[in-house]
Amino acid sequence: MNGPVILDRRRVLAGSGALIVSFSLSRALADDQAAPSPAPKPPGSLATTPFLDSWVRIDADSSITVFTGKAELGQGFRTAFQQIAAEELDVPFASLKVITADTGRTANEGYTAGSHSMQDSGTAIQNAAAQVRNLLVAEAARRLNLPAENFRTENGAVIALDGQSFSYGDLVAGDMLHVQAQPTSNLKDPETYKVMGRPVPRVDIPAKVTGGAAYVHDMRLPGMVHARVVRPPSYGAQLAECDISAVEKLPGVLKVVRDGNFLAVVAKKEFQAVKAMTALSAAATWKETATLPKQNDLLRVLTSLPSQEKTILQRGNPAAAGEKALEATYTRPYQSHGSIGPSCAVAQFTDGVMTVWTHTQGVYPDRQGIAEMLAMPPARVRCIHVEGSGCYGHNGADDAAADAALIARELPGVPVRVQWMREQEHTWEPFGPAMVTKLKASLDGSGVIRDWNFEVWSNTHSMRPGGAGSMLAAQHMAKPFAVPEPRPIPLPEGGGDRNAIPIYNFPNAKVVHHFIPAMPVRVSAMRALGAYHNVFSIESFMDELAGIAGADPVEFRLRHLDDPRGREVIEKAAQTFGWHKGQQAPPNRGFGFAFARYKNLAAYCAVASEVEVNRQTGRPRLVRAVAAVDSGQVVNPDGLINQIEGAILQSMSWTLYESVTFDDTRITSIDWQTYPILRFNSVPDSVEVHLINRPGLPFLGSGETGQGPAAASIANALANATGKRLRDLPLTRKKIRDAIDA
Amino acid sequence: MMTGRIVGGAVAALVVAGMAVAFAIAWRPSIAAIDAPAPQTFDAALVRRGRDLASIGNCSTCHTMRSGKDFAGGLPVPTPFGTIYSSNITPDAETGIGRWPEAAFRRALRSGVDRSGRHLYPTFPYDHFTKVNDEDDRALYAYLMTRQPVRAPAYANQLSFPFDQRFVVAGWKLLFLHGGTYQPDSTKSAEWNRGAYLVEGLAHCGACHTPRNALGAERASAQFAGGEADNWSAYAINAQSRAPVPWDADALFVYLRQGWHPDHGVARGPMAEVVSNLSDVPDSDIRAIATYMAGVFGPPTPDRKRRSDDVLAQVKSSSAPALPVSAAGAAIYQAACAACHESGRRLPYGGVNLALSSALSVPDARNAANTILSGIRPVEGERGPIMPGFAASMNNAQIAALLDYLRARFSSQLPWAGLEQTVADARHAQIVFLQTSPGPNNTPADASQRDKP
Amino acid sequence: MMTLKVNGRDHQVDAEADTPLLYVLRDDLALNAAKFGCGLGQCGACTVIVDGKAVLSCVTPLLLLEGKQVTTLEGLGSIETPAPIQRAFIEEQAAQCGYCIAGMMMRAQALLQRNAKPTDDEIRAEMEPHLCRCGTHMRILRAIRRAAHLMQTADASTVQRSAQ
Repeated sequence: MNGPVILDRRRVLAGSGALIVSFSLSRALADDQAAPSPAPKPPGSLATTPFLDSWVRIDADSSITVFTGKAELGQGFRTAFQQIAAEELDVPFASLKVITADTGRTANEGYTAGSHSMQDSGTAIQNAAAQVRNLLVAEAARRLNLPAENFRTENGAVIALDGQSFSYGDLVAGDMLHVQAQPTSNLKDPETYKVMGRPVPRVDIPAKVTGGAAYVHDMRLPGMVHARVVRPPSYGAQLAECDISAVEKLPGVLKVVRDGNFLAVVAKKEFQAVKAMTALSAAATWKETATLPKQNDLLRVLTSLPSQEKTILQRGNPAAAGEKALEATYTRPYQSHGSIGPSCAVAQFTDGVMTVWTHTQGVYPDRQGIAEMLAMPPARVRCIHVEGSGCYGHNGADDAAADAALIARELPGVPVRVQWMREQEHTWEPFGPAMVTKLKASLDGSGVIRDWNFEVWSNTHSMRPGGAGSMLAAQHMAKPFAVPEPRPIPLPEGGGDRNAIPIYNFPNAKVVHHFIPAMPVRVSAMRALGAYHNVFSIESFMDELAGIAGADPVEFRLRHLDDPRGREVIEKAAQTFGWHKGQQAPPNRGFGFAFARYKNLAAYCAVASEVEVNRQTGRPRLVRAVAAVDSGQVVNPDGLINQIEGAILQSMSWTLYESVTFDDTRITSIDWQTYPILRFNSVPDSVEVHLINRPGLPFLGSGETGQGPAAASIANALANATGKRLRDLPLTRKKIRDAIDA
Repeated sequence: MMTGRIVGGAVAALVVAGMAVAFAIAWRPSIAAIDAPAPQTFDAALVRRGRDLASIGNCSTCHTMRSGKDFAGGLPVPTPFGTIYSSNITPDAETGIGRWPEAAFRRALRSGVDRSGRHLYPTFPYDHFTKVNDEDDRALYAYLMTRQPVRAPAYANQLSFPFDQRFVVAGWKLLFLHGGTYQPDSTKSAEWNRGAYLVEGLAHCGACHTPRNALGAERASAQFAGGEADNWSAYAINAQSRAPVPWDADALFVYLRQGWHPDHGVARGPMAEVVSNLSDVPDSDIRAIATYMAGVFGPPTPDRKRRSDDVLAQVKSSSAPALPVSAAGAAIYQAACAACHESGRRLPYGGVNLALSSALSVPDARNAANTILSGIRPVEGERGPIMPGFAASMNNAQIAALLDYLRARFSSQLPWAGLEQTVADARHAQIVFLQTSPGPNNTPADASQRDKP
Repeated sequence: MMTLKVNGRDHQVDAEADTPLLYVLRDDLALNAAKFGCGLGQCGACTVIVDGKAVLSCVTPLLLLEGKQVTTLEGLGSIETPAPIQRAFIEEQAAQCGYCIAGMMMRAQALLQRNAKPTDDEIRAEMEPHLCRCGTHMRILRAIRRAAHLMQTADASTVQRSAQ
């Protein structure tokens, strides 16, 4: 399962997503391998993009550009990478510029996903920058014919003992940086960090708060026109009739594009495009055929669809029955990314080259998909990442990019901007899959879990491009591309089985993953993937077992956990929360705790929470949350805290409010009226995040580590407050009220 | 001189007698306080019944402030005599009713007197609650005594003299309080009687829907002919109803159950809170209310039925009536409203058909003005309509023009008069309402989706 | 052709009278701050200030704006001379993806212009029309409190140039 992976480029670009993430895993686990690798590879993404000048460029005037194949999604990565490079290169933070994901300029680092950016790109940049610094020192040493030890670097210069200094721009000559990276680097000692580990203010925020151009939505290219797509009313709907003649005559309309079931209108001004879209939509009649499952019957639906069963953990004999046993089933509905800014893209087709500005998470896979859709060589397609609003996974971004490309091809030379409408984002984005988990465990006489059974049913959690068939435009064209066969993401990353394997040390344990290929509803990756529901289930169940054992929830977890970093995170969260054995919450309130290590190999996170329940209405309210996080070497503590705060609030919204709704043909949660999310009147009184910094240790992905623990912590607090256990997400006001009444 | 003394004596005797009578009328004894009973002493089933009754009685809506604790009072209720603040009816011993014995609670509902013998202002509608029977009083008592006690001293009422003297209420009661529990009408069905018992009693519909006289009492001869609450018009719900489509029991049941009806409109303002509370109540009680009220509405006259059929036919064929309309108003409607209101969304999102919505057909423009001003707020975690308010982007003249247009296009009634003043008055009152009223807990939505995840 | 007063200047705008202000700001006047989030008045990302009051520009057609003054985030300050509200959001790092933030700031600005010392409850109630999907709410509240403080202290000399 963990052997070194041969990187097959075609398979990588075919978009299963699996290999792109798992190759770097083999990096992280290289120490554990008995099998020898041919020659040790350089760390992070340097393994696949080894040339140093793919990462760092220094111009003769000493201006420095850093390249990353990852994208700024609003997590603050641009700033973090700038910190890392500035630190290792020994240059002032502000003297660097970071260029992000661009098939024309940066490495192929697959998707900015899976919380891999620090591990892959951060590590690559750190090492590349360190090695570049070494090369610069070596060059200075060569010129002065002195040993390298006689030199130090400071502020963008290499300085000899006698004070002679060379600016980096002086030293760089020709192809000096066009060398392959070494497997190890002379990294800075964390004790000496000047900018890494500091809460450096994010470089992108000033523009965002002063109306600077910051998003793909803000792009205004000369001659740019505006397009709107008219999407089918449901999956598989066929365009029966469409009289476009009246629409073509509307003010400002330049073109109506019709290619099979793909329907779009282009106009000079944006509002003209909106009005034309409304008219075009009214002029279209569709034959609908979708048969969607019963929305309130997902437990039965998911457990009866055909599935591929795989035992992913078998330890001891988990059928051994302990003294006290418990069984529980937990469910999650389909949930929406709900990006605040509906997806948008700009494309221009000039001189046989298609350029697409897009907020996709993967410019290379997206390029592959678009090239396939347009029957063009990938080399003639360029995808440039420009920020969108938060995506939290695979939202409509890639589809909008494909829409823009398909339309731009009809208007050569003209930049075309496609903006999705709110309803389109809500109904056509690929959702976070519904999931079912069934747990069974028993305790021995001393309150220790002796056997553990966990089964999870889930669709795939990744339908990302790669193939053209992943994108709506390609699916709807007259000569459509087939939706690719869904495949499970292999462990240790996993999809529906992400975090299904418990981190606790149970003597007997079995975990089974039922992978469901059929996708009644469009699905793909959403922040934390299966880990959200799996951790929700495991951590709720741990509390239920702790209750049977008569044990304090925190102490119960420690009873089963060896991992010292995990233990420390649990203890930190409990201590800073004020958690103590035998505690009694105030009336109508409850305390809850939960812990997980994302994917069992990324960042650790524990969340303690206090909730309040209104006994009349059942209304749940998160009063306060305290989290502790260990993400290895922290690059930007404020950025990390920001992400965890956000994860807690977002997870709270998912957990208390959210589910996609549909009737038998259409998605009916089409806007914020029908898909309510967190508003300010429910925001907690306080959220605290405590970081355990591990200087010098590898970066651990943290963007998704909070989702599962926050959910379970809230669920456990609700159970503590009401004395009733709820296992079916979302834990709504009405469900809580009914449980209290029962 | 003897005469003078006799007359003087007689006058004095009359005055003393008069004062004695007045005293006898006005004075009520204090009932001894008890130790706050422990919540466990109340039977769970009784408490639950009390909760349902409290929902029908809409207690929390008056006795809770926005962002305040449930039943802790403090809601300002504007009256023609000044502002009265609702009291704390949590079982707090010092500031609530924690030390009230059940007899005192029952007396408060039956005759509007508090534990210490003071008259309660009829803003607390005991002229309705007097009809509630003893068993239900007991259940309500059990429910309230098992709520979370909240320390919240009463706000001082802002009443001008002589209304700030509670004994004047005694006079009011003499005239307008016809005490006593509801007596069933044996000629009517059990369901009708249940409906009458609820409507005339706990649900106190007439408190909003009946016009009041100069002394602030409901006009018995005009029952259900229309009233108001918080500057929202509570429409006539008798034969004088101006709804384009006449109400019947089925429609009323649906409306009360889910908060909206495609042929009538969406419950807004204070009615949104009523309907939110009613969503907890068993179907049979809602049916009973609907049955009783259908009788109050009475069957539509043939003329009214014909006009209703016309409107429904027109709406189905979606042809706009050819009427002279305000050009400015039409432009505003097209530009600011039509995108949602004519988007063909599933109901009630995007609003029900405006030609069928009562708000545009009733004599009073306030509700339409209020809705345009403040829209419809989201309710936490619940699926439901959200409409932006236009108070900030439209001035009074613009809203007046829009209302004028809506009236002309979507109703067959004469134009409203004084619209700019109506809007100006509504602005302020709406702000106060939104800031103080607790708001509904759930929303008008598709019945299959209401309260469901 | 219509004259629209934005950030203290008159602009001749060639757009139909039923065009929502949002599109005029973004497309005709190339102003970035007000964002398209839903076009339905449900999310607040498009909020600007009109005659001192926060307004959802996506449901405010041009024809309502005759003679009124529009202020956008760009009109409050710049990177070089940020207004107190902008300084506060930068200092609190109150943004993740940042897409919702401009709208939040305009509503907060309108609140602080009419109520210099809002309570926490008042701030939360005021911000109810706004959605933030990244979960930046805690920082947004902190930034608004900070802005209130900045506006009251001597540092508030960089008060909005053309807000009114």
